[in-house]
Amino acid sequence: MHIIVVGLSHLTATVEIREKLAFSPNMIERPLRELVALDEIVEGVILSTCNRVEIYASTRDIAGGMARLRRFLADYHHFNYERLEGHLYSYHSEAAIRHVFRVAASLDSMVVGEPQILGQLKAAYGFAAEYKTSGIILNRFLHKAFSVAKRVRTETRIAASAVSVAFAAVELARKILGDLSGKTVMLIGAGEMCELAAKHFIGCGAERIMVANRTFERAERLAEEFCGQAVPFERLFEHLHQADIVLSSTGAEQAFIGPAEVEAAVRRRRYSPMFFIDIAVPRDIDPRVNDLENAYLFTLDDLQEVVQSNIAQRNVEADKAVEIVDMEVARFYRWLSSLDVTPTIVALRRRFEEIRQAELDRNSASWKGLSPEDEQRLDLLTRSIINKLLHPAMAVLKQSGQGGRTDLYVDALRQLFDLQEAEADDSGQQTRE
Amino acid sequence: MSQAFHFITLALYGGATATYLAYLARTTPAMASWAHKLITLGFISHILAIVHYTSCSGHLPITGMQELLSFMSLAIAGAFILFERRFKVAILGAFILPLVMLMLVASSLFPHFSGQPQAAPVAGMAWFHVLLALLSYAMFSIACGTGVMYLIQQHFLKHKHFGSMFHKLPSLETVDRISFQCLTIGFPLLTLAIIAGAVRSELVIGRFLVWSDPRQMWTLGSWLLYAVLFYGRIAVGWRGRKAALLSITGFILLCFTLVGSSHNVNWYP
Repeated sequence: MHIIVVGLSHLTATVEIREKLAFSPNMIERPLRELVALDEIVEGVILSTCNRVEIYASTRDIAGGMARLRRFLADYHHFNYERLEGHLYSYHSEAAIRHVFRVAASLDSMVVGEPQILGQLKAAYGFAAEYKTSGIILNRFLHKAFSVAKRVRTETRIAASAVSVAFAAVELARKILGDLSGKTVMLIGAGEMCELAAKHFIGCGAERIMVANRTFERAERLAEEFCGQAVPFERLFEHLHQADIVLSSTGAEQAFIGPAEVEAAVRRRRYSPMFFIDIAVPRDIDPRVNDLENAYLFTLDDLQEVVQSNIAQRNVEADKAVEIVDMEVARFYRWLSSLDVTPTIVALRRRFEEIRQAELDRNSASWKGLSPEDEQRLDLLTRSIINKLLHPAMAVLKQSGQGGRTDLYVDALRQLFDLQEAEADDSGQQTRE
Repeated sequence: MSQAFHFITLALYGGATATYLAYLARTTPAMASWAHKLITLGFISHILAIVHYTSCSGHLPITGMQELLSFMSLAIAGAFILFERRFKVAILGAFILPLVMLMLVASSLFPHFSGQPQAAPVAGMAWFHVLLALLSYAMFSIACGTGVMYLIQQHFLKHKHFGSMFHKLPSLETVDRISFQCLTIGFPLLTLAIIAGAVRSELVIGRFLVWSDPRQMWTLGSWLLYAVLFYGRIAVGWRGRKAALLSITGFILLCFTLVGSSHNVNWYP
């Protein structure tokens, strides 16, 4: 049995594509059921977050299974397969295990070390377990992934130094304004990201919060939450110069903070630098603001770039985590491989037994004069021949369960003795129960 | 004896410079601590060399290009050690110490600068003048180094380059504060140095100012520039890029002055 992964993530596809391929958690049952109903697929788990859509499955047929999953993703969402193909990645066997362990340990996240992904993966597995689309392989596989994630978190500082986009904003502000204590933050509009960033700024010492919103009540409510001051939207520019940090995310149709306003504000604050974060799409702040002296404008994309560079800075921690992952991948792959050997051995024995039985039956008519003792002896003799014939092959197979050549041997045995069908039936039942 | 100290100093400064540059490439606390130890030891050894020289010759070694360069590298190293301690920015060393090293090496390469092999010891008002000027130069050299750091970091921020260098450089605010502090110490020192120089000039040749002396003109030019910067910083609130550019320009002017002074033998009658 093999583990395969097909999916797309923030590394391979833009958000426009990702959102079209996302599976809603409320309606995950149908795709899960359709998934395991596919010919090549034995078990399946679907992970769908804003940054990735991935299908984990167990299969007998790596190439066929992966092709089927790729198609499935496109077909299920009525998405053009040719358009999707370039954004998909697929892994099998060790690479698949490594990929999922990396995802669980948050090594593959946009923000390395961010903790949400583990929860999302657990939820995804929860659905699969609920609808019984995961069996012995994926059950064990995902539980292992969770424990790997836990190990990585406790044994490296990857989670301790984790950053989010909101925290990246704080980091940038520090690079410009130095110590943030006593600084003033202005929130324009309301948005989860802005509020989160504002909380981070307060946590890092920012003293004062001003909130401006087109609906003044909303500004007041938010200001109250932060123990800040609400500013009427139309009087925004009277207060702009007081802000060291400006976070903007309104639904305005066009930029309403231009270079002239910012220049005036900067002059009014005696050229003390201002830090602008524009999260809105379309933009709230004219990009030319960044060209002004002592004004620094960052968009969400810029913040994400900071996050990326932080990931690079945390390579050392990630390297440690990768070591752990590698170790666990090897361990799990050994288990998976040994699991693969057992049904092969069983199938091989059965095939020999079938031949023996068939030959005995075919010739029993011409052996009329045999006593029951002789018959028993004949039975024992043929059995012993089979055992002797099979023994070296069994020994090699069992040994190779510890090494890396299992796939090769199992594949050869299957082809040489035509074991495909019999064996697939057998474990298909086993795992789908 | 002074020679021995001189070579020890040279070796220690060299080691410190290399370590600070390595720190720029691979930032670890251990590296910073080693670099700091090296430069402090180098500074002590440099002071010993100068004390020894002074006690032997009876005057401070601030005569002639060789001694001026050596003394200035001492002053910069000292100022750097102070600022590094105060602002905890080890990375500053990578921008300042190469200059210190360069000056000391230059000082060793040209032991007897042309024209004044045995210049008479600087005395009285001139001694005061030279010492003040050198101390102000040290301050301005640090301001220049921080100016370069500011421009680099600002470039990263404006153009969104978030490489490892971006992470290693301190915040714009810190760099700007160091620069401002250098200016607030350096500018009065330079002003006093010029006054002392003018008084000395009046006493020796009867004129406060010699318009035909290029060195004096360079000095006045850089003083004017620093005066504008000082005023702009305090009265208008200039900072950042403008201040950084002016600090760098000012220091380049001062370097011309220093080179110019070596050609002026009249100054030390």
